[in-house]
Amino acid sequence: MRAPTAAGWIKPALFLLCLVPAIDLAHGAWTNTLGVNPLETLTRSTGTWTLRFLLLTLLVTPLIRLMKAPVLLRYRRMLGLFAFFYVSIHLGTYLWFDKFFDWQEIWLDIQDRLFITAGMTAFVLLVPLALTSTRRAQRALAHAWNRLHRLIYVATTAGLLHYFWLVKADYLEPIIYASIFGALMLARIRKPTAVSAPGIS
Amino acid sequence: MLIRVSRRSDEKESAVTDPEIYRQRRIFMQQCAAGVAGLAGSLLVGGQARAGLTIGAVQSSPYSTDEEITSMHAATHYNNFYELGYKKEDPSRNAAALQTEPWTVEVEGYCENPGTYAVEDLVPVDQLEERIYRLRCVEAWSMVIPWLGVPLATALKKLRPTSQARYVAFQTILDPENLPGQRRDVLDWPYVEGLRMDEAMHPLTLLTVGMYGQVLPNQNGAPIRIVVPWKYGFKSIKSIVKIRFVEEQPPTAWNQATPHEYGFYSNVNPEVNHPRWSQRRERRIGEFRKRKTLMFNGYAEEVAHLYSGMDLHKYF
Repeated sequence: MRAPTAAGWIKPALFLLCLVPAIDLAHGAWTNTLGVNPLETLTRSTGTWTLRFLLLTLLVTPLIRLMKAPVLLRYRRMLGLFAFFYVSIHLGTYLWFDKFFDWQEIWLDIQDRLFITAGMTAFVLLVPLALTSTRRAQRALAHAWNRLHRLIYVATTAGLLHYFWLVKADYLEPIIYASIFGALMLARIRKPTAVSAPGIS
Repeated sequence: MLIRVSRRSDEKESAVTDPEIYRQRRIFMQQCAAGVAGLAGSLLVGGQARAGLTIGAVQSSPYSTDEEITSMHAATHYNNFYELGYKKEDPSRNAAALQTEPWTVEVEGYCENPGTYAVEDLVPVDQLEERIYRLRCVEAWSMVIPWLGVPLATALKKLRPTSQARYVAFQTILDPENLPGQRRDVLDWPYVEGLRMDEAMHPLTLLTVGMYGQVLPNQNGAPIRIVVPWKYGFKSIKSIVKIRFVEEQPPTAWNQATPHEYGFYSNVNPEVNHPRWSQRRERRIGEFRKRKTLMFNGYAEEVAHLYSGMDLHKYF
């Protein structure tokens, strides 16, 4: 077993690492190097990073089991909150650059376009998770907290559907993300008593 | 031998033109007297005999818009040309994968002059016109591009379609060994498109070999493509190797892939909802605010009569 404590610098370092995509985008926006359609680049990139952070968050539990390193748990909240950070920018770029806060249009979009419906659902489901991410909320909710935070599975599924339904013809990337999600879910049904061998064929 | 007549819009663009792409391939433009232009044309035809390397005079056209032209960099680095990759920046990166020499166009079906044609046979260099058109992509973005070509009608008339020819079908090159996008079944290759005869014969429909005063870059559909400015961009099929006069409405690539999203007609229409993109507005590349999308992409005066009496929600 490893020592339950980790070096104090890991958390700030991880924090900065998680910020790199945002800094990179901000730098690209500032220097106008986000390509021919920079607003689209912003939307696409923050959407992709949201999915990546959701999957990273979901990776923590299987990794703890596999490596027998419960210390990793202390980084999960940060990963989850970064998923929420990127999804907020993602939604913001849509509301502003795509719809210019035309709420009527946005409402029509949510009703008419399945991928928007799915994306909006994912965001809405992530809001309570971000709000209850504090230690205080965790204590106050006790067992209910665990049940509530299972919403991440639903939110990630909705996020993946959002991706599938917006793609025109090349499904390779959504398939890759969905496969990783599937693998992470499979890793969860593995019996906790089983020997630590990869549970996926 | 290089004769280059400079133009207002050339200056900025030449700075961003990839020399690899345009090496040995240039169109020399001439906007003044036709006699001088003809001379330049004949000189250069003698100098460069290879197919596809056309040069010629350029006449301006009353069909051109005077809206601000999109930068050539944007028009050549933000492309939907799935044969060269599925992301917007892929076609410019993979442009060299498209082999444009030698190039011939097969003409088949209901016409009196079927056969194999060189690009110059269909688009004579001394008849090139510049047409500055709005281009509206189904993905709700748009550009303004100066194309070089001849009316498709001019070329088709030479082929003498018979009365049985009610539609024209087009086919893009099939070359999965070289074209990276054709190695996966993302679309049912080769890419095919089609127009009703009256659409093909409409004076706005351009058989195109150049843009921004130069030969078409590969990523924009070299060496020969069509441009149908009142329809969504995917109707303007690129890198054409086959033209076929047919009686029945021909299959079209995106319609086959997703029939409820992309119709045969695919006229730009802000009133017809698309499951992915609201078609009411569009982003002109380079602009922040979105613009209202115009019926038939602003060409309603010219083309609306082609569809009179048709339910455009049904025939989308």
